[in-house]
Amino acid sequence: MLDTDFFRRWMTAVAASVEREANHLTELDSAIGDADHGSNLQRGFAAVTEVLEKDAPATPGAVLTLAGRQLISTVGGASGPLYGTLLRRTGKALGDDDAVTGTQFAQAFAAGVAAVGQLGGAQAGDKTMLDALLPAAEALATSFDGAAEAARAGAVATVPMQARKGRASYLGERSIGHQDPGATSSALLMEALAATATDGVGA
Amino acid sequence: MSDEQQVGIVLVSHSGPVAESVVELARGLAAGGVTAPVAPAGGLPNGGLGTSAELIGRAAASVDRGAGVAVLVDLGSAVLTVKSMLADGDELPENTRLVDAPFVEGAVAAVVTASAGGDLAAVEAAASEAYGYRKT
Repeated sequence: MLDTDFFRRWMTAVAASVEREANHLTELDSAIGDADHGSNLQRGFAAVTEVLEKDAPATPGAVLTLAGRQLISTVGGASGPLYGTLLRRTGKALGDDDAVTGTQFAQAFAAGVAAVGQLGGAQAGDKTMLDALLPAAEALATSFDGAAEAARAGAVATVPMQARKGRASYLGERSIGHQDPGATSSALLMEALAATATDGVGA
Repeated sequence: MSDEQQVGIVLVSHSGPVAESVVELARGLAAGGVTAPVAPAGGLPNGGLGTSAELIGRAAASVDRGAGVAVLVDLGSAVLTVKSMLADGDELPENTRLVDAPFVEGAVAAVVTASAGGDLAAVEAAASEAYGYRKT
């Protein structure tokens, strides 16, 4: 079973990972975006860690719902509402249980990813975070490590794609040859999840 | 149509000065009879470029007279932030609507229509119709 602490530790792990990779994310974003992805997520997830400590939500669903809400209010770029919606919808789908099964979580996460697709209107192959999240959600039904691997592979697969959503789409063919920053941070999210599961307690 | 309660309008831009200027422009071009409440929600609270859910929430609350609030946005995160606030949150007044319209032209149409007493649907229609005006 995955308890409240598992989800809190996942969010803390994402914050640490985003902090470590902020420069890399911003570098990727300066190639095809507006060079703020790293700092935006850094600010957002630092605020998430802070509010989770302060409010100490009592259920897995409440942890993710609060985290999502915090991202929407603090990020300031498109990644705020996108990641915010992902976490908030996943949290809502988890309901009020004190602990959830891996299967429950995989289903809730798939609902969260679907909500991201609906919000941004993007599909697989558009060179967005969905290119990492869609395969990750599918693999999550089987294992955390599989989900991390699928997300990483999905992010790398965005390199030859031409962007069809967001600011990068204005570049047209010039967006080809660069890895999508959003897909890259999505891979960080899933790698942090796998690391949290390996760390034990919640597994 | 209601004479007493007017639809409120919020203009959301990545830039504070752009949001404020378009509010001024819309009020100016709508001329004499501007009575509808209009508020800008531009940039980040620290003055930087971006979209702030907090500023949007505050602007919407400030123009809410109970007849609904029409929100016009520029692009990217402004669109996504308002959509995600409408989808899940409780940060916006009841009967708040994201209006699909060109930012500047739609703002003028919305302010004129709301000031004339148009309801939320009328304000939305007027702003959206601004897409139909071709410039060449």
